[in-house]
Amino acid sequence: MAANNSAQQALVALNRFGFGARGGNSGDLAAAASDPRGFVLAELTNPRSTLLENPILRSTDALLSELYGLQQQERTYRLAVNQQTANATANAQASNGQIASEPTETPATPPPAPLPPQPNFNVITERFRAEALARIQRTHAPACGFVERLVTFWSNHFCISAIKGPGVRITAGAFEREAIRPHVLGHFADLLRAVEQHPAMLFYLDNAQSIGPNSRAGQNGKRGLNENLAREIMELHTLGVDGGYTQADVTSFARIITGWTVVGPAARLGTPGTFTFNANAHEPGDHTLLQKTYAEGGVTQGEQALTDLARHPSTAKFIATKLVRHFIADDPPPALVDKLAKVFRDSDGDLKAVSTALVSDPLAWSTPLTKIRSPYEFLVASSRLFARTPDQPQRYLGSLALMGAPLWQPPGPNGFADTNFAWATPNGMKARLEISNQIAKRLGNLTDPQEALDAAAGAAASADLKQTIGRAESREQAIALVLMSPEFQRR
Amino acid sequence: MASTLLHATRRQLLVTGGALFAWSYLPRFARAADARDPRFITIILRGALDGLGAVPPVGDPAYAALHGPIALSLTGDTPALPLDGFFALHPSMTNLARLYGARQATIVHATATAYRDRSHFDGQDVLESGYAGAGRTDSGWLNRAVSVLPKGERVASRGKALGVGPATPLILRGGAPVTGWTPSTLPAVQDDLEQRLLALYREQDKALATVLTESLDIEKIAQREAGGMRPVGGNVIEAMRTPARGAAKLLAADDGPRIAALAYDGWDTHANEGGATGRLAQLVAGLDAAIAEFETGLGPAWKDTVVVAITEFGRTAKVNGTTGTDHGTGTVAFLAGGALAGGKMVADWPGLRDEQLFEKRDLKATTDLRAVLKGLLVDHLNIGTAQIEGVFPDSISAKPLRGLIA
Repeated sequence: MAANNSAQQALVALNRFGFGARGGNSGDLAAAASDPRGFVLAELTNPRSTLLENPILRSTDALLSELYGLQQQERTYRLAVNQQTANATANAQASNGQIASEPTETPATPPPAPLPPQPNFNVITERFRAEALARIQRTHAPACGFVERLVTFWSNHFCISAIKGPGVRITAGAFEREAIRPHVLGHFADLLRAVEQHPAMLFYLDNAQSIGPNSRAGQNGKRGLNENLAREIMELHTLGVDGGYTQADVTSFARIITGWTVVGPAARLGTPGTFTFNANAHEPGDHTLLQKTYAEGGVTQGEQALTDLARHPSTAKFIATKLVRHFIADDPPPALVDKLAKVFRDSDGDLKAVSTALVSDPLAWSTPLTKIRSPYEFLVASSRLFARTPDQPQRYLGSLALMGAPLWQPPGPNGFADTNFAWATPNGMKARLEISNQIAKRLGNLTDPQEALDAAAGAAASADLKQTIGRAESREQAIALVLMSPEFQRR
Repeated sequence: MASTLLHATRRQLLVTGGALFAWSYLPRFARAADARDPRFITIILRGALDGLGAVPPVGDPAYAALHGPIALSLTGDTPALPLDGFFALHPSMTNLARLYGARQATIVHATATAYRDRSHFDGQDVLESGYAGAGRTDSGWLNRAVSVLPKGERVASRGKALGVGPATPLILRGGAPVTGWTPSTLPAVQDDLEQRLLALYREQDKALATVLTESLDIEKIAQREAGGMRPVGGNVIEAMRTPARGAAKLLAADDGPRIAALAYDGWDTHANEGGATGRLAQLVAGLDAAIAEFETGLGPAWKDTVVVAITEFGRTAKVNGTTGTDHGTGTVAFLAGGALAGGKMVADWPGLRDEQLFEKRDLKATTDLRAVLKGLLVDHLNIGTAQIEGVFPDSISAKPLRGLIA
């Protein structure tokens, strides 16, 4: 029974907190079994472990400059087309007139000037895919994958959606690399500021266009205040919907962060594609948020407000609840939530301390593995198990979409749901089964399902599962059954 | 062997083999000159086909009692299709029966590889690798056959051998280059996989069992509403037909491959195997449809074609407690194609009495499947009799069975 227990604890380490055991000779399951907590926490010691550094990936300002270039090319091209159409119409009218009155000689129409090249908007998809591939490949490197799980947690917490438009789509991966990853084991306040000042977020939740009604830019009355980002920061990023704020707070906070925008192609306020504070769009004056007055002070007014939101006790409770719901159970044990919230408050939002407290709590190791893996976790765990680091992202992206979790494209700013209710659905499980079946067929009949089962679950595999695998009619069928087994699907 | 009478009468091929050999040898020189362009297609039936269910020995007095409720007979609502008076064919295999009548199909019975245990995985490895025992998976016999094709013949100069499906099956893996193709509409998950998963969930995970059940119910309705148009899920026959249709087109093309392999899953009929109708009936109907697709799709090239359908082993002679059959030994191999000297059964029938069964449970294997395959490769693809021993190592006792090809 002791071996069985240690195998069960290894599953907690690898599946609850990580991306599942890697197959082949990784020895992940044995390493996790010998010291489950240490196995998970080892990744937290290296602060650079959260980063994704890949020379082919570009920074947000480079990506947005590229996009601006394409958009300029598009404008130039359209102008030229319109001009040519206008010229042709004018020529036709002129020559029609000549034919009617003067049938002898018509001056040769000058040949139309060659059109400028059309922009290649496929670049946006190429950049997106490169980011997706790098992210997926990154999940194959670590033994446990706890840090990568934290990255996906925070990325979903502070989600953007690529469907918003090309500005978000081309920067979706850079947003995660630049705003999320550096702070996953840092302080929540720094994470919050990096996210809310990132161009992808400013585009996604419309703050880039928000104008203070009494600002210089607001004087002409064409555009005005947009509350979207202010509301979601409080409702979804910090306090939570019941965190104790009012509509007046939303409006006031929206005024505070007017002027937080992205430098355009004209480079008037800095390097194109970077965050900037546009004083012309900023609502002047002091503003009150949650009974506290923030004095007029440019960008620092909003930064101070953000810092206070990060420190608010409601934020500690909200973040603790989401973390426990994500890692432990759909109905988060209140004792564990309270404990994490306290660590969050006492450490000034030190996310490494909070993550460590989560992994160190006995409840994290005794609560049954009832949560179903998210589609992304399922796919990553599958390819880790068969040591198949993808070299193309399309199949992954297609599978995620099929399972209802397209990468960096959640249905709304609240991100993908984080409960069994969302994923253990008839069509969701059908999609998983079809994908498992395809994975198994691609692996073919040379992959040993018994080895896969041993690598994935070891002694924790149930007798029923072992018997089902042993009796499968082909290796392919057996592999599909391993992938669909409760041992593999639940975490 | 006790059943001397049957023993003798079932040796049809061995009786006529010598004559066929002489007859088939000479025209090959002529064929090389008149640009014969052979096609060779191997279909692997994963899960172990019940040979006694697909090709019932209705003339064996022990058969009906052994196979019990799923036994076929020449009478009743859906009678089996008579072949030679002793054997009959499953009523779902009407195309194969027609080809048999046109001397374009041959059925080998009581056959097996050299493998005598009952693991699907190892059995399939032996079937596909062509080695004498389990444990060697570095290359498959069809790949090695490709590598020793005689130079200068069309079959060697045409496209690479074709693996149908998302992964190259073991049979085609190895040193010789192969190519792959998969139908663009991916076949849906087999009912069998769904049912096994459902059984596992029912034991282990009630919540997932509920969800999966609901999913399967919805799929049934979708199937019904789609009028059977979608080649997915419940429609086994269409799902088997689709890859064959696609592969046939590729093989028919002048610059296409000449050698192909594909695999069909689902033959592991432990429960509710069915007789004239039911699960096995669906599967053999699907195989029959696939063969018909090859015949139609290959058009004029069908006359130079051999399709061979093989499985890792057979099933128990006696029906089990869940109206199915368990892992066994001897079974059938189906041969079809215009290149065959067909219209005959190849069987050294061992009998079905208790003491005639292998380990008192399985149809005994009296014809080494490797001999059949070696015979086809030698006579159909002109692989030399020395080279063929490298294709099937350690099979010297299984001499190429000659005379299968016209």
